[in-house]
Amino acid sequence: MTGFEAFFVQLAEDFPRWNFIWLYDEKQAGRILSGLWMTVKLSFACVLFSLVIGIAGAWLQGARNRILRAGVQGYIQFFRNTPPLVQLLFFYFALGQFTPVVTGPDGWTEVPVISAAGWAIISLSFFAGAFNVEIFRAGIEAVPYSTREAAEALGMSRTQTFTNVVFPLALRVSIPALNNNLVNLVKTTTQAFAIAVPELLYESVSVWNDFPSAQNPTMLLLFVVYLGLVGVLVFGMNSWERKMRIPGYGQ
Amino acid sequence: MASNNLPGITGPAGTDLPVLKPYVLSGGTYDEMFLVRWLASIPPQFILLMLLAWPTLALAQTASHGMGDAFAALWRWIPFLTFQGFVFNVVISVFSMLIGTFAGAALGLGQISQNNWLRRLSWGVTQLFRNAPWLVILFIVLLAFPFEIEIFGLVIPVPAWMKAVIGLSLPIMANISEIVRGAVMSVPSAQWEAAEALSFSRTQTLWQIILPQCFKRMIPPWMNWYAILTMATPLCSLLGVGEIITFSRQAMEAENNRPELLVPFFGYALVLFFAYCYPIARITIALEKRFAVKL
Repeated sequence: MTGFEAFFVQLAEDFPRWNFIWLYDEKQAGRILSGLWMTVKLSFACVLFSLVIGIAGAWLQGARNRILRAGVQGYIQFFRNTPPLVQLLFFYFALGQFTPVVTGPDGWTEVPVISAAGWAIISLSFFAGAFNVEIFRAGIEAVPYSTREAAEALGMSRTQTFTNVVFPLALRVSIPALNNNLVNLVKTTTQAFAIAVPELLYESVSVWNDFPSAQNPTMLLLFVVYLGLVGVLVFGMNSWERKMRIPGYGQ
Repeated sequence: MASNNLPGITGPAGTDLPVLKPYVLSGGTYDEMFLVRWLASIPPQFILLMLLAWPTLALAQTASHGMGDAFAALWRWIPFLTFQGFVFNVVISVFSMLIGTFAGAALGLGQISQNNWLRRLSWGVTQLFRNAPWLVILFIVLLAFPFEIEIFGLVIPVPAWMKAVIGLSLPIMANISEIVRGAVMSVPSAQWEAAEALSFSRTQTLWQIILPQCFKRMIPPWMNWYAILTMATPLCSLLGVGEIITFSRQAMEAENNRPELLVPFFGYALVLFFAYCYPIARITIALEKRFAVKL
């Protein structure tokens, strides 16, 4: 046992309410780390997929086909106007029943193809994606029509205009709102707790259920980790925003 | 194709001329008021139609086996769900808002203080609670707070809903703090200078000139946060606080957990929340239009 670990063992003995068990007990450290890793994976996958959904949705909203546009609109209205918690429960319990099952790693139990974490990623991505579609649409609407006309006059096709002219400009306009939404998404991943995804909140709760003395330190850790995660995201988004600034705009 | 290199987009800009005209962002998601904007955008006629459809739906499905029973079960449970459940949601939201408003106002004023340390501390506290997930805050408060407080030998029990009030008031506090700061920042600096020219002290300027102007500007976002808070009270059900979702679940369990109960019971909760928040949203948007800054 190193001096570092011995210090926390001693601390737990002197102050029974401050048992930093995951700093010296390997098993608990593993649980916290696996929870943290799951939260990071959830956040990363949800951010990525929601951005893809947002871009694709915004592009489809400008489509000529009316049914396609109505479909995207229906999707947005559905996901924007129901709480994410309800969506999670609906996806997991209602749709989860219809997915096929495969034989588990032990060759005996049956596990569904899409795990709880999978459903969390799907439902949270769709939830944040609905907002992203609106954000990107607002950005696309901010691009003057004359710019699009100019691109058309240069002989660009609809796709070329979108990828080379409209989207790069719209993206810059959208970044501040996108920032808000993605921060909200990272915070919403805690609600995956409701369908027992082993993310950080879930693992923390199970640690302090097993070791009540570790309750205060684990709560402190939760706070610090989420602030850190949001901080990393905000820092990255802000520096991206500065790098992509349109010359001649803002201060 | 020449579009591979667009100055200012894929490569360095050759000019400082703007690429875009000044833009105005529209769209419901750009600001934080999207919830009340969406609620208020539903026309009242539409709601009347929905209300008419509700009993019709129940009657139409009485014929088919099961659904009629489910609505009958809901009918039996409605008094319990409303007066034991939803009333608690309202109580939690009102008290949280009350605590959050006072604490948030103090914190917001701290954020514009001239004292460097006070300002930094208030900023830190605001960011801490604004960026932490609501569920994490709720968990921490519900588990870390004692279940009874002893003052001078008098033991006061702290029920779970009281702790939920404290837990929900913390993020509200942080957001109100930002509203206060934003409102004060939105007053033109000429007002400060004019007050200084009239030899008002800083306290006098703040309380007699700046804040009265801010006050009505803060009402719409304040009401928006009240609507968001009310919508967030079902989160407490994850922690076993007795409120409408918890009681709906228990009621469904008492009715043997039949799957056709899900739609009527959760639908009823949805209707209650909507009926409560819709007027708030309408008034919020009306007030926002009335108090809009005219320049």
